[in-house]
Amino acid sequence: MILLSLIIVLIAGGVASWIVARRNVVAARWIAVASVVTDLAMSLGILAARAGASSSSRWFAEYDAAWIPQFGIRLHLAVDGLSLAMLLLTYFLGVMAVLASWTEIQERAGFFHFNLLWVLAGITGVFLSTDLFLFYLFWELMLVPMYFLIGIWGHERRIYASTKFFLFTQLSGLLMLIAIVALAVLHYQATGVYTFDYRQLLQTPMSPRVARLLMLGFLIAFAVKLPAFPFHTWLPDAHTEAPTAGSVVLAGLLLKTGAYGMIRFVLPIFPGPSRDIAPLMMTVGVVGILYGAVLAVGQTDLKRLVAYTSVSHMGFVLLGIFAGNQIALEGAVVQMISHGISTGALFMIAGLLQERMHTREISQMGGLWETMPALSGAGMVFAMASIGLPGLGDFVGEFLVLLGAYRASPKLTAFATLGLVVAALYGLRFVQGAFQGPNSHHWKLPDLRPREWTALGLLMICLVWIGLYPQPILRVVRPALSSSQQSTIAQEARR
Amino acid sequence: MTNAAIVASLPLLITSATAVILMLAIAVRRSHFAAVAISLAGLAVALLSLLLGPTGASHEVGSFLILDSYSVLYMAILLGAAGFVFLFAYDYLARRQEHREEFYLLVLLATTGSMVLAASRNFASFFLGLELLSVALYALIAYLRHERVCIEAGIKYLVLAASSSSILLFGLALIYSETGSMDLSQFVTISSSGPGGSVVLLAGAMLALVGIGFKLAVVPFHMWTPDVYEGAPLPVTAFVATVSKGGMFALVLRWFHPAASGGLGGAMGAVLAVIAIASMLSGNLLALRQTNVKRILAYSSIAHMGYLLVALLAGGALGVAAGTYYLIAYLVTILGAFGTMTALSGARWEAASIESYRGLFWERPVVAGVFTTMLLSLAGIPLTAGFLGKFYVLTAGAAQSRWILLFTLVLSSTIGLYYYLRIVVAMIAQPQDAVIISGADTVRVPLAAAVALAALTGLVFLLGVYPSVLWNIIVDATRSLG
Repeated sequence: MILLSLIIVLIAGGVASWIVARRNVVAARWIAVASVVTDLAMSLGILAARAGASSSSRWFAEYDAAWIPQFGIRLHLAVDGLSLAMLLLTYFLGVMAVLASWTEIQERAGFFHFNLLWVLAGITGVFLSTDLFLFYLFWELMLVPMYFLIGIWGHERRIYASTKFFLFTQLSGLLMLIAIVALAVLHYQATGVYTFDYRQLLQTPMSPRVARLLMLGFLIAFAVKLPAFPFHTWLPDAHTEAPTAGSVVLAGLLLKTGAYGMIRFVLPIFPGPSRDIAPLMMTVGVVGILYGAVLAVGQTDLKRLVAYTSVSHMGFVLLGIFAGNQIALEGAVVQMISHGISTGALFMIAGLLQERMHTREISQMGGLWETMPALSGAGMVFAMASIGLPGLGDFVGEFLVLLGAYRASPKLTAFATLGLVVAALYGLRFVQGAFQGPNSHHWKLPDLRPREWTALGLLMICLVWIGLYPQPILRVVRPALSSSQQSTIAQEARR
Repeated sequence: MTNAAIVASLPLLITSATAVILMLAIAVRRSHFAAVAISLAGLAVALLSLLLGPTGASHEVGSFLILDSYSVLYMAILLGAAGFVFLFAYDYLARRQEHREEFYLLVLLATTGSMVLAASRNFASFFLGLELLSVALYALIAYLRHERVCIEAGIKYLVLAASSSSILLFGLALIYSETGSMDLSQFVTISSSGPGGSVVLLAGAMLALVGIGFKLAVVPFHMWTPDVYEGAPLPVTAFVATVSKGGMFALVLRWFHPAASGGLGGAMGAVLAVIAIASMLSGNLLALRQTNVKRILAYSSIAHMGYLLVALLAGGALGVAAGTYYLIAYLVTILGAFGTMTALSGARWEAASIESYRGLFWERPVVAGVFTTMLLSLAGIPLTAGFLGKFYVLTAGAAQSRWILLFTLVLSSTIGLYYYLRIVVAMIAQPQDAVIISGADTVRVPLAAAVALAALTGLVFLLGVYPSVLWNIIVDATRSLG
């Protein structure tokens, strides 16, 4: 029941803040913060309850109710370590997104918060669903409010960006729907029972050829969302044009749903084909790392630069997922979390700069340290995190991924490491171009306000914590990851 | 004709009787309100009389009509849709200087024709229903006599519908000359016969398909759709999109649907598959560059008929139920869409150009919200009726491994999303750069339309979230087709 209330709180909070905003916008913002914080507290509660209990089951909590009985579709939510870690990230960044739009969004703030909270509700549903129909439903549902966020409050080319984003994800999502339906039909033909339940579909017997085709349906949807190299073109547009909160949610959370889908569905349901395709996907990951990093070096628009670094970082995640061992997989999860935090923070920095300077062009900046030391310092910290400086979160993730990937393919890993070198280039170029050097444009700007300090400070603390002591995260997600691999082994034994 | 058969055919009798009563009432004294009240009461009584009808057993009226649970279900759908058209039409007509009362008369007649189609089992009743529907539609489409586009659309429809009817008639005659039977059930045997079958029979079936395809507006018989949709008054457009197509689809689903599993095969299956693919793709592609919402919805209706054909081709019990569910979801949604457009239209103009929707979200958020819901349902976004309809069609297709059809469906509905989003984009545009053509002419949404829109929005979400009840009803009702 607690899992259902996670979603209901956000949905109700969204409606409430829409209504309240007609009279009082500040109250609406507080309602939004309160509902996300409530969810954060509830998921911490789940974590605490788990730590206290002695149960060794993989699932921490479950909710199950009939929905469309004719097709065995159930309202089945369940949380394990992986989804719990993702949920905590979701609510943490959710609070940040509300804080980031506190002064940026003045027009139609009620509808904005409604959409923001509904995106979060959709993401929560994606991380919780263990019924594939329900999963698809939430997968699509998070698109619509995100579309509105970009299309209404975005920057100059918002209509183009939001439509492109919607069409890309819709087409890939429908391919996944075909795969889901086909999987359920196969299961029906084998057992005579219609079901979309994750754990039952895991047992579906498939010929290798069918399994390969079905896996492609899932994989394309997740690869578009991740995004993997040839499917990434929606990302720079959407990230650049979205308002700050939209960028934070896109980069921090929506991309993670792609990676999550691969770990949760592709690897365990299609163990054989995913091992066959692993070399290809690892290559795609490495191409993404290098391609994203090289393009990031060439960007002049700050948000576009950060967007391309996301392509690069998601390449590491892809590499880690398909490296086929526990270390790399754990590295991928840590990378997902720390990339969410560091990139989210960079987008917030970009938003703060744009709010003050009304430009995102790096060439218009320069010497900002003089007038805004605190903001510039924070910017530098997050840029360093993004290029993988040891001691900060991203380093742990990338290091673990490389360590694991080296076992699978030393050659690809060597190329992937080159990505870190290019990363140093774009990171330093950003810091030097924006913050250091002479203040040639004579900017005089207000530094961080207390609210902004709090938000960025919390993000920094989390990054340092993951960088220095990632063990708690690993401990939480490990059972989920290893049991997804165990199911792989069990299926092999059956063959 | 037994008593039970008379009871079973009550809905048809009541609807026709309502038309007669209305005609007499108009002769005594013209009153717009009385006309709509009589018509709605007639529809309500006809709906109630469906409850007296067959439960399980099927009644045959001569060799003309078959009144089983399937026809009862479709008659209920058609009556309901006609009721919504009346609710929208009332205020639309009230704002216009026309003779208003005859509109209801014609709609009642057309609805009767459509219901006859849903229940017919023989060529004669098929043609009778078709003509009853078409002749009433000629007058309805050209109903606003002062508007040139209306007249043009009416004449276009008259010429094309009359010629397609005659082709259909010729096809039916060919089949009759070969088999000596007028039974509609021959279509199944013709369509499932292999290449060795009689050429005359096949030619007859193909010619009949022309007439059927014209009414459904599938490629390549779709040419009239955008012009007629654009030219006809909005309530009539809604009627053409729902009742007229619904009755014909009921007939096709019943008589073309293959009894054996494996989906519709043979020459007929191949032709229908090509028609379905062509409809899905060209409907959605042609809609991309339109700037008139009525034309966009016309092309989208072509694509949606293609999706329905996928369910038909998949066949089996699942295919029939999926097709019916999709049809209901589509009718509810398209009624909502046209209803919103009707409610937004002023006395002299219709809210048809995309420009007239600019900034609507900020000026009239509730109406814009309803319209967005309808568009998202047409696009098949979850939580709306359109999504579950699409899901059922996909499931039915996947169960028969109709992969080419399914991939076309997915691809074309993504293309379709683009033009639905164009309308949404216009609605969320900032009002300051809006060209406000409505001005002082903007009307409040009238009560009847508001109630109807609220009901339809509720239905869209209900069918999208909680389909079990309706699905069970459909499965029960279509069981007789097996």
